[in-house]
Amino acid sequence: MAELDTSGGGKHKGGKVRSKKVSTRVDLTAMVDLAFLLITFFMLTTTLNKPKAMDLAMPDKTVKTNQLPVAATRSMTILLGSNNKVEWYMGEAGKSAPTVDNFGKDGLRKALIENGKKVLETHAAPNNFMIVLIKPSDKSNYENLVAALDEMSITNVQSYAIVDITPMEVDELKKQHLYQ
Amino acid sequence: MPRVKVTRKSTAIDMTAMCDVAFLLLTFFILTAKPKVDDPTKAEVPPSSKEQPVPDDNVAMVTIGSDAAKPKVFYSVSGSDIRTETLKAMGEKYNVPFTPDELERFAVTEVFGVPMSQLKSYLDMDPEQRKSYPQPGIPIDTTSNNELSNWILTSRKADKALHDKDLQLAIKGDRKEYYPVIKTVIGILQGQKINKFSLITVLAKAPRTR
Repeated sequence: MAELDTSGGGKHKGGKVRSKKVSTRVDLTAMVDLAFLLITFFMLTTTLNKPKAMDLAMPDKTVKTNQLPVAATRSMTILLGSNNKVEWYMGEAGKSAPTVDNFGKDGLRKALIENGKKVLETHAAPNNFMIVLIKPSDKSNYENLVAALDEMSITNVQSYAIVDITPMEVDELKKQHLYQ
Repeated sequence: MPRVKVTRKSTAIDMTAMCDVAFLLLTFFILTAKPKVDDPTKAEVPPSSKEQPVPDDNVAMVTIGSDAAKPKVFYSVSGSDIRTETLKAMGEKYNVPFTPDELERFAVTEVFGVPMSQLKSYLDMDPEQRKSYPQPGIPIDTTSNNELSNWILTSRKADKALHDKDLQLAIKGDRKEYYPVIKTVIGILQGQKINKFSLITVLAKAPRTR
């Protein structure tokens, strides 16, 4: 350990001056203490919850492609309302009664899976996947939109799009008190 | 019978190995640590089940912060060289001459939400003042001279010129933000033919219970 060499001085009168053998070992305790303190600090300050990215592709507005005729029965429309509620219907607006639903496992996800299966069974082979139209209303928030898009990837819906809502559908949401 | 002599051992342990390990770990954590950027947006991102990480460079981010009265839009672009070039080009476009000192300050500003008319005075403030300054957000109303649109366009041009890369766009929105603002921002991106972009989310904890 680091100690002052207090020997020496006047004692060795005449005798040989012997240099004391000092051990080369250093006491590392303090250094290790410090190192672990810093490790703890850096471990605690490192952010583990890094943000994730969700890729979103929107249709090109400028390119006018000739659209393929799609059976209306294959499309499912999801209207995003207020209070974290959704309303969905199959086919064309007004022809089938819309269902009010929640987000989550037993709500929208269940409906998406069931409707997907139905469409798959009732249509002929290559064109039998479901097309989902997400229509966020002005009263829905961003979290709802992300949740709806997330459901698309969870339930493996291949073709979906974010579409502007029509006044008729806004009226429908108002009727269900989902436009506040 | 002779007595068994118990040799007294030293209680000091050899700590060389422990010290080595400790410093190795310390080096690792120091190198992986990223300085936390001061985020004036206070946007709380929504959860999703996506596990794709956000790219670190070559990305521009439009942040829509939460404000009950008026949504504020912030803009950030990665890379100080791109930021410098972007500000130079924007200064020319809006006839606001920036001094080299201001350019330097802007290069280290990660996120900002100040309209072009106030940007110069914002950059002239000292760091403490800037922190407490309530940033009004970048104007996004879709008039002919949309500021956010110009910021994105100039930084894309700067990235193309400097690195020959296509700048990726990401939208980081507050979860409570209403859809019309998001729609406006998406509209601005689509106006520049950016049809693929990312939405920033955090990984949802366990199964969602909603």
